[in-house]
Amino acid sequence: MSPGLLLPSASLARREIVRFSRERGRVIGALATPLVFWLFLGSGFGESFRPPGAAEGGNYRLYALPGAALLVVLFTAIFSTISIIEDRREGFLQAVLVSPAPRAAIVLGKMLGGSVLATIQALALLLLGPVGGARLRVADLLPAAGVLWIVAFGTTGLGFLGAWRTESVQGYHSFMNLILMPLWILSGALFPAEGAAGWIRVVMFANPLTYGLASLRRCLEPERGGFPSTSLSLGVCVLFALATGAVSLLLVRRRGTEVLP
Amino acid sequence: MSPEPAVAVDRLTRAYGERVALRDLSLEVREREVFGVLGPNGGGKTTLFRILATLILPSSGTARIFGHDVVADPDGARLRFGVVFQTGSLDRNLTVEENLRHQGHLYGLRGADLHSRIEEGLTRFALGDRRRERVRKLSGGLARRVELAKGLLHRPSLLLLDEPSVGLDPAARAELWSHLRELREKAGATILFTTHFLDEAEGCDRLAILDRGSLVALGAPEALKGEIGGDVVTVEGADPERLRERIGRECGVEGKVVDGRVRIEQREGHALAKRLADALGSALTGVTVRRPTLEDVFVRRTSRRFEDGA
Repeated sequence: MSPGLLLPSASLARREIVRFSRERGRVIGALATPLVFWLFLGSGFGESFRPPGAAEGGNYRLYALPGAALLVVLFTAIFSTISIIEDRREGFLQAVLVSPAPRAAIVLGKMLGGSVLATIQALALLLLGPVGGARLRVADLLPAAGVLWIVAFGTTGLGFLGAWRTESVQGYHSFMNLILMPLWILSGALFPAEGAAGWIRVVMFANPLTYGLASLRRCLEPERGGFPSTSLSLGVCVLFALATGAVSLLLVRRRGTEVLP
Repeated sequence: MSPEPAVAVDRLTRAYGERVALRDLSLEVREREVFGVLGPNGGGKTTLFRILATLILPSSGTARIFGHDVVADPDGARLRFGVVFQTGSLDRNLTVEENLRHQGHLYGLRGADLHSRIEEGLTRFALGDRRRERVRKLSGGLARRVELAKGLLHRPSLLLLDEPSVGLDPAARAELWSHLRELREKAGATILFTTHFLDEAEGCDRLAILDRGSLVALGAPEALKGEIGGDVVTVEGADPERLRERIGRECGVEGKVVDGRVRIEQREGHALAKRLADALGSALTGVTVRRPTLEDVFVRRTSRRFEDGA
């Protein structure tokens, strides 16, 4: 009786979603914070900042909306993967590790559950966009959901990498502050690469989230042109998701090196 | 009976850097046995438990569960053992039933089969009316029952328990053991548990005593205590070392100073106690005579008190 990969993965993903639905604080943390950020920052800059290449009437609030959605994805990935540390401390993870379920199920379950939650919440934020003056076409939401899902897969994978060998929530916070948040800041969420200093631009072009954000912008503003192209953006997103998943898998498969309480 | 022992450990060693947590351990646990691993903190019992549970790798030596090597064939071993962790392994935000269902999925169980196993577990551990309650609301004793139901869901032949009584009140502890004994009688399961409680270790069929990573005693509790031959007489006085010398000189019995007291193993300890009182007079402030316990077995083998192990 071998459990295979899918049943344990699906069960772990389902657990992720059930847990989330029972923790009101997580909904507020992952959705409300980016929403407040978007409303305050977007309205604060208002007309004083017009991003290059913006359509007539485009303002900062419209510019910042995809970035806020990306922040929701990032926060959800953080919350989903920080729970690995909690699971280890509370012992839940040990029971998974001593079961015949493949280690890949731990990665896949986390990435599936985390990415579904992230996509739903980011879509919820986009749906609130018109309240803040953003235009939103229902037809754009489906491709946007697809892009969000792929990006969420990658960021959850990245969060997994940061959490797996980390012993404390505090340790994860440094990973979050030093790696995850800069990735978001330098993704084009706050300012476009076009006007940035040379070295910042280099970092931005090397940042996989830049391509995630570009893909999302193109879904919401299909008429938008320029670098990076749709195919390049999507290609980088898919590669990023595969790469973080693969490295996470390598990490969980290394037996006997787990951090235990 | 299976031709393979439930657990076969051969020259097992595990080092963490310089520190050797388990040294050259060999033992066998027979099928249907209730086997205790007793030791003070730092004795090596948790290391042994983690190696058997496939959580950590040994540095050298082998461990097999019903013939399945825990390093070469961990999944073979995992299907045959169930684990109850000291710290618990339940998701406290899920209900009792959700925890069990999830556990079943990890073992490839689903549908009607999984449903009937969950019902069986809930009934066996009298958890039926708590099935929809979240684990965080349960008492320690109830949560431990859910842990047991969880560990037994895939009907393992061997149950590994790490310090099963820690954090349980006496009533919950007695209840746990009545479940474990019933499991052995009805399902023919083998039970291996670690403990640092001497009285808990008294109840097992056979026991291994570990100290500083090494095996110091192996056998049935009664047989181990029987080695002491007679009673244990403990003598207290102001200067234990001088007292020990005087006892040797004046009463002709060999004693050892352990933890500030002179300890003597002697047949008919009461008679000796009387002789000691007569011979030593005021140099002696207290004498106790008792039947040997597992602690005496430990002291005899290590020359240290059990609690000093850490």
